[in-house]
Amino acid sequence: MSLLSIENLRKVFSEGETDEVVALEGINLEIEDEEFICLVGPSGCGKTTLLRIVAGLDTPSSGVALLAGNEILGPDPERGMVFQEYSLFPWLSVIDNIEFGLEMKGVSKKARSETSEKYLELVGLKQFAGSFPHELSGGMRQRVAIARALANDPKVLLMDEPFGALDAQTRNMMQKELLEIWRRAKKTVIFVTHSVDEAVFLADRIIIMSPRPGKIKEIVAVDIPRCRERTAPEFANLRKYVLSLMGEGTI
Amino acid sequence: MASNKKDNLKRVLLPAASILIFIIIWQIVAEFYVNNPFLLPSFTDVISAFLSMAFGPKGSLPKDLWYSLLHFAIGMVAAIIVGIPVGVAMGWFKDVDIALNPLIELIRPIPPLAWIPFAIIWFGLTNAAAGFIIFIGAVFPILINTYTGFREVPKVFIEAGKVLGCTNNFSLIRRVAFPSAIPSIMSGIRISMGVGWMCLVGAEIFGAGSGKYGLGKNLWTYYNLHQMPSVVVYMLILGFIGIFIDLIFRHYVNKQMLKWREEDL
Ligand SMILES: Nc1ncnc2c1ncn2[C@@H]1O[C@H](COP(=O)(O)OP(=O)(O)OP(=O)(O)O)[C@@H](O)[C@H]1O
Ligand SMILES: [Mg+2]
Repeated sequence: MSLLSIENLRKVFSEGETDEVVALEGINLEIEDEEFICLVGPSGCGKTTLLRIVAGLDTPSSGVALLAGNEILGPDPERGMVFQEYSLFPWLSVIDNIEFGLEMKGVSKKARSETSEKYLELVGLKQFAGSFPHELSGGMRQRVAIARALANDPKVLLMDEPFGALDAQTRNMMQKELLEIWRRAKKTVIFVTHSVDEAVFLADRIIIMSPRPGKIKEIVAVDIPRCRERTAPEFANLRKYVLSLMGEGTI
Repeated sequence: MASNKKDNLKRVLLPAASILIFIIIWQIVAEFYVNNPFLLPSFTDVISAFLSMAFGPKGSLPKDLWYSLLHFAIGMVAAIIVGIPVGVAMGWFKDVDIALNPLIELIRPIPPLAWIPFAIIWFGLTNAAAGFIIFIGAVFPILINTYTGFREVPKVFIEAGKVLGCTNNFSLIRRVAFPSAIPSIMSGIRISMGVGWMCLVGAEIFGAGSGKYGLGKNLWTYYNLHQMPSVVVYMLILGFIGIFIDLIFRHYVNKQMLKWREEDL
């Protein structure tokens, strides 16, 4: 049995009203334990909605999402989420934001600071430990949000375009680090991105969605061994293939 | 840099000049045109009244100040103790909002001073009676700002809290909604201190209080004694203390509670 099964999932917003939106329709998906999944698709195809249902922040209109056989009924720190929009608590310093989840779990002060320092270093923001979110740039804030989700050590990590605001260099570095964490900490990751390049670099499987209503169009397994070379011909070929499936031509 | 310095200098000199000119005109008008300290006491009349009150043997100024601050503190503390929890409950629990909202909208438009008869009947001529009037004036701005602050907590903060393990109402309120609402709550307290300070004078003039002392109380006594320079002294002191309380509050809040914010209160 797979870790996460999504069966016949359908999500409709404002059902029965004139502004009804079918965000997701007939989604069937099996995700294995420790699998790295990338979700790609045009804006508005329901990627965030799918992630939110897995997080337990939205409920499906019909169908179910099961985690290890149990229906997902609400949020749980076992399913961590990095939100698409800025979600850091502005009243907490960077370090306190990262330690928030650990504090909720009742972890001791000492163990908390060890963990938060580790992740702060990982995202390269050590000297900003005491800063408040409004003092950071957009990309830095997003890195703190990633550190906050990771510090909580969730089994399933849901990431909604986490690297969208980062420059290319930081982005590449963060991708490598994320893979390293994923490998070491044996997490299951569902990662939303607009970048096919990023998806091919990261994923075990790429799920390509199409909009109105949001459906799974194609699932592509990435069989290139890690660590992947962006310049390798197989990488370029796969990228072209995914792009062609997304209807963006082959260039 | 140079123009910056010049700007700063202007910021001090221009207001100082306008205050000085105001005082000079006041003095000239009072002394040479009105020439009647009952109608318009001059600036120097007021200064000498102040000096004799502050340092003279009979002055009740320190006691008036003390009792007024006591009335004010009773009212403000009660307003905070009632206003914040009720605002939190209404902002967080939809049912509480639906249940209490009409009641509050019925009571809120009653001017605080209209409560004076009942304040005196219920509390007698005590400090609590004056405190009650200030409470009535101060509680609604606090309550409403707490409520608004809670309603305007960004949804993503609540959701981030939930996925990080803040799953029950109590910890979500304490860890997420309350801190997020603090700027709004603090500006509610600030507004309510302004309202409360105004209510104080009315309450004391109408006799809600423990009797002999209070800035508003004795402002009225001096009026009855036709000592108008002393009335002006009390008016000015009431104004200055109002500003002073606001300054201290803002300073404290900005330095201690809102240092995470870009803009100050
Ligand atoms: N709370 C909501 N109420 C009504 N409609 C919604 C709501 N949330 C999402 N939708 C609609 O559902 C559809 C899917 O939205 P979703 O946010 O999942 O898209 P997305 O794939 O994440 O897009 P993007 O790449 O721009 O983030 C959109 O048409 C959106 O307008
Ligand atoms: Mg989205």
